[in-house]
Amino acid sequence: MKHLSEDDLVLYYYGERVPGVSAEEHLGSCAACRTSLESLRQTLDAMNSLAVPEPVENYETRVWQRVYPAIEAVEIRRRRWFDWMFGQRKWVLAGAMALIVMGAFMAGRISQKSQLKVAALSGQVRERILMVAVGEHLERSQMILIELANNETKGLVDISEQQVLAEDLVNENRLYRQVALKSGDKSVSNLLDELERVLLDIAHSPSKLDSAEFDDIRRRIEAEGILFKIRVVGSNLKARERGRVRQGQSKSL
Amino acid sequence: MEQSDATAVAQVRAGNPDAFRVLVERHSRHVFRLTFRMTGNEHDAEDMVQETFLRAYRQLHRFDGRASFGTWVYRIATNCSLDLIRARKRREVQQPQVADEEGKEMAAAAVANDPTPERLAYSGELQELLRAALEQLSPMERTAFVLRHYEGMCIEDISRALGVHAGAAKHSVFRAVQKLRRALEPVMGPAK
Ligand SMILES: [Zn+2]
Repeated sequence: MKHLSEDDLVLYYYGERVPGVSAEEHLGSCAACRTSLESLRQTLDAMNSLAVPEPVENYETRVWQRVYPAIEAVEIRRRRWFDWMFGQRKWVLAGAMALIVMGAFMAGRISQKSQLKVAALSGQVRERILMVAVGEHLERSQMILIELANNETKGLVDISEQQVLAEDLVNENRLYRQVALKSGDKSVSNLLDELERVLLDIAHSPSKLDSAEFDDIRRRIEAEGILFKIRVVGSNLKARERGRVRQGQSKSL
Repeated sequence: MEQSDATAVAQVRAGNPDAFRVLVERHSRHVFRLTFRMTGNEHDAEDMVQETFLRAYRQLHRFDGRASFGTWVYRIATNCSLDLIRARKRREVQQPQVADEEGKEMAAAAVANDPTPERLAYSGELQELLRAALEQLSPMERTAFVLRHYEGMCIEDISRALGVHAGAAKHSVFRAVQKLRRALEPVMGPAK
């Protein structure tokens, strides 16, 4: 007769399924295995007497008092970010962007009135809105990447805040990339394509990284040369934007 | 009427951070017990309680409500503590702690001198021995054991919580039990 292994007995003790045998039946008829189980039970039952200190009175309130300031700090950071993302200017841009996107993708499927509105935006205005919006998007992305690249924390690095922001940016990024593709702006759409991969990497990695894992993320950011490319494309966009402003000024003179 | 966890979660998400208080107050004791067993000392356990709730707050948008809030937050507490004891082990490898070894031997010797169950039950020696026994487990073994033994989680749920295969979770529990039996031999006698 094959006896139960120690592992089988552990499973039995915890009420887990013991594969391949009826442990109950075997134990009923085998004194040796019953003795083994008893010996195992003594050890594991002894583990129950590991004392856990009883927390002080009002413990719950005290935890809250300690957690609250940190939560407030998270909120303040988020609000600042939100204000920046969705400041008034951004709303105007977002509205215009939505029209452009609709024009690009849904032509024929939207009412004639809306199509007229889209058509009313001249090619120049459309390009300008895209440039400004993408420029701001790049700046925000750059901020997160720089924050990560320059992090000097020793030991575990918590990137959960940057991850929340990266997730938002991924969605935004998709939209701009599609528009840039449609309008044939290759340098911008290529950059956004690369940026999207890096942002996804950040959003999907574990939120607490040990130094090796963190270095890995940092290396990926550096390997893509993404920060450099953002600066180049960003300053090109700015130069184009400045060019337009100057044109506009000389016209109005 | 007592507010449900789901209601509190919805309120926090709707922009009311104060609603998080209900969740902290309701679950903090359980989280403390879990983090204490995982880390083995009060100071680290306290740190992990705070870290757990802060992480839960930041990641609340990822909570999908499939499990209860309690289950979700205990899972966060487990992973926070696992991160900590992993980091602690790495530090120990860099600078081994002799004091720990000595303490363990002394405790075992004291217990072996007079191992009557009555005297042992809540004695400092036994506590020292149990703590030392848990310290010998690898981070993964300790986590799997704490979840199986103290939290009453089944192997399947443990594997999900830790993101490993069920076989790996099971193996960690087995290894943990083997090591604990060996460590407690001075009191319990050899495994039969
Ligand atoms: Zn047998």
